[in-house]
Amino acid sequence: MDPSRKRKLRLVIFLAAALLLATALVYTSFSASTEASKPSEVQPGQSYEMTGKVVNDSIERDGDELRFRVRDRDGTESVAVLYSGVVPDPFREGREVIVEGELKKGTFVAERDSLVTKCPSKFTKEKEGQSS
Amino acid sequence: MAGVGSACLTIGLFAALYAAGASVYGALNRRREWVSSGRRAIYCLAALCLVAFAILEAAFLRTDLSFALVAEGSSTDTPTFYKVTALWATQDGSLLLWATLLSLFSSAVLFLTRRTLRDIAPWATAVLGVVAAFFLLLMVGWENPFGTLAVAPQEGAGLNPLLRHPAMMIHPPMLYTGYVGFSIPFAFAVGALITRRTGADWIRATRRFALVAWTFLGTGIMLGALWSYTELGWGGYWAWDPVENASLMPWLVGTAFIHSIMVQEKRGLLKVWNVSLICATFVLALLGTFLVRSGILESIHAFGASTIGVQFLLFIATVIAASAALILWRLPDLRSEAKLDSLVSREAFFLLNNLVLVGLCLVILWGTFFPLISEALTGTEESVGPPWFNRLTTPLALALVLLTGIGPVLAWRKVTPSALRRILLVPVAATLAALAGLLAFTNAADSPASLAMFCFVAFVLTVVAQEFWRGASARRTMTGEAWPRALARLLGRNRRRYGGYLVHAGIAVLFLGVAASSAFLEQRDVRLSPGDSFEIDGYQVTYREATARLGGDSSGTGAPIAFGAVLDVRKDGKHFTLRPSRNFYSSADPSLGTISRFFEGEATSEVDVRWGLRKDLWLAVRPDISALEKPIAEADANFADTPGDVQALIIAALAERYRNDPPPAAFRAIASPLVAWIWIGGAIAVLGALVAMWPTPEARLRRVRAIYSARLGKELSRA
Repeated sequence: MDPSRKRKLRLVIFLAAALLLATALVYTSFSASTEASKPSEVQPGQSYEMTGKVVNDSIERDGDELRFRVRDRDGTESVAVLYSGVVPDPFREGREVIVEGELKKGTFVAERDSLVTKCPSKFTKEKEGQSS
Repeated sequence: MAGVGSACLTIGLFAALYAAGASVYGALNRRREWVSSGRRAIYCLAALCLVAFAILEAAFLRTDLSFALVAEGSSTDTPTFYKVTALWATQDGSLLLWATLLSLFSSAVLFLTRRTLRDIAPWATAVLGVVAAFFLLLMVGWENPFGTLAVAPQEGAGLNPLLRHPAMMIHPPMLYTGYVGFSIPFAFAVGALITRRTGADWIRATRRFALVAWTFLGTGIMLGALWSYTELGWGGYWAWDPVENASLMPWLVGTAFIHSIMVQEKRGLLKVWNVSLICATFVLALLGTFLVRSGILESIHAFGASTIGVQFLLFIATVIAASAALILWRLPDLRSEAKLDSLVSREAFFLLNNLVLVGLCLVILWGTFFPLISEALTGTEESVGPPWFNRLTTPLALALVLLTGIGPVLAWRKVTPSALRRILLVPVAATLAALAGLLAFTNAADSPASLAMFCFVAFVLTVVAQEFWRGASARRTMTGEAWPRALARLLGRNRRRYGGYLVHAGIAVLFLGVAASSAFLEQRDVRLSPGDSFEIDGYQVTYREATARLGGDSSGTGAPIAFGAVLDVRKDGKHFTLRPSRNFYSSADPSLGTISRFFEGEATSEVDVRWGLRKDLWLAVRPDISALEKPIAEADANFADTPGDVQALIIAALAERYRNDPPPAAFRAIASPLVAWIWIGGAIAVLGALVAMWPTPEARLRRVRAIYSARLGKELSRA
């Protein structure tokens, strides 16, 4: 094979590999992803990654199970959550949480260990927190 | 003093702008005195930043609460170690750390190259000046670390308890040193492009800085993982969180860069690729700094909405556009000096490893930004989780480890089949032996990916051992040295090469730990009362008694209250105790009762780990304090305005009540095989990198010679 054809072949192989990776990325990510949504948006029969704030005075522990309500970040509509598994350290009333699960009979039944609490970050401004 | 600090930053901003202006003017008009002046302005900048940094650090040490930053991130009862480090736990303070490190690194590189690279250095000075000016502008304009409060509060908010961990406090400076370090080769690459000096000079001048940056960034990532493992209470070391990914991406591309520049040094190939890689690394480093601050992505470390997101995005966009334009403009000057001779050669395999590393980075970039991408494309914000990342990165990681073994032992240009056979015979045999052993004696086949990784690790380690053996035995034949001496000399005389092998061995060992601990860990979540026991992976774990301690916790975090547990662990006749606990920090919320505020603040898991080379037993406890809710509420009602010492008595009584009559507590136990090898492998890699970057006497000699030969050349051309 002469050098120029060889180089062209290499280029084609390289581009094919890149295209393969790109397709894999697009395909797998769209099929594996879960939809992020607010408590006011969740509907039964579909799994969601719900984000919102824990409603004040709503946390109840019942043995291994944890019940609390999550409301929209900027609203009052809320949904009851039933959760089991590990509760992250920063979990508190009023904190933002992410939880995966499905709405069943009006209660958002969370997947085990899916609760993520955003930590009151090292870069959060106390000043802003108080004014809001 | 705050005024002096602010003034330092403002003057620093002008010094940085002057440095950029003077060096460009000097370079365009061939006025060397202007170039020198620009360089000295960078030294000035470093001094100014250091003064500002010292002022702020002193304020933190004195807990001067009139500084807004101190009141926000520290307090009088924060332990001294965490007072020192609280500086960079704040947004503004971390920007100052960035700028200070950048000015120090810039000064170092400009001092080292002051007599060489006369064409490139002024432009590099200008680039570094502009980057420094950007960070100073952020501080002067929006996030001044020297903001003061008209009325100093009685007490500061204190350092976020989650950050009270030694690894977490060294981790940010390490990361920043890494980020900043990569700006040095970036600046010189830009200089090389502008002046069309696209040979390997800029690479030789900044190669060591890239290595230093790589090492620090890698160490920072490792420390972050260690923090996650021992502090966050979930038991993992990597969660594919956007903030973690942000630090990993520049490291991956930086790794590609330090490999591919060797190809340019030795063979004059891959010039476009190299300048693109370093531009990408720098952009990713900026992106990492930005992601941590912007709050645009959902992350476990939500970094509160920031005022400087737009500025950062504009700057990053400018850097991307300018770098791309510059590379396109200089494309004719970036032609390779030679051709790739064979696909079985070191340069071809380096290129392959580069593609894998960049591929990994692209996967992570896509996954990290997927919420934004999907929102732009479909209108709904969707995200991908760790399983997606694991599925896509596993094959790439496997390929990477395999290449780690093959790449460095191939010769440049071309490898003959017989040479290939000679090099690979023993390692392939060892790999097959490892495969047979694993299949026969372990259950490694349960996870094919891990099994493949174990085999590849065996391959890499054999290759490295073979290289050391061959080198040392060659020395022995030539000099008659004993084995230890021959090995030491071998390492000392060829630091780049054998240091690099050590890094490869370390990375292989690290992946051994990752593969074993991710596929074969056993985890149990249980609720136990004292006396109960459970079994995990052959360990018989018994909850002996509850503990409740006030003040002075063992790890020095300054937590006022710690509830914990003592557990007896037995396995095969051996016996040891684990003492996990949970720290409670008081809340500053005035709406809470006098007593309940001690329990309603942050709480952090202080896990206890039985470290082992074969297996870690990791244990965290979550005491159930709901039984104390009633007495706490009563105390709130009855002792609303009691002085501090009475409050202490009440809390002591509550603690005793918990200790004597503990309700069932929740435990998480993890038995994780070989996880210690992640940290050991990381340490080996860092050690190898130190060996590789340590200057040799010969290198200094070479540098001096280069300076003189450059001068001679100039004299001759003038004559």
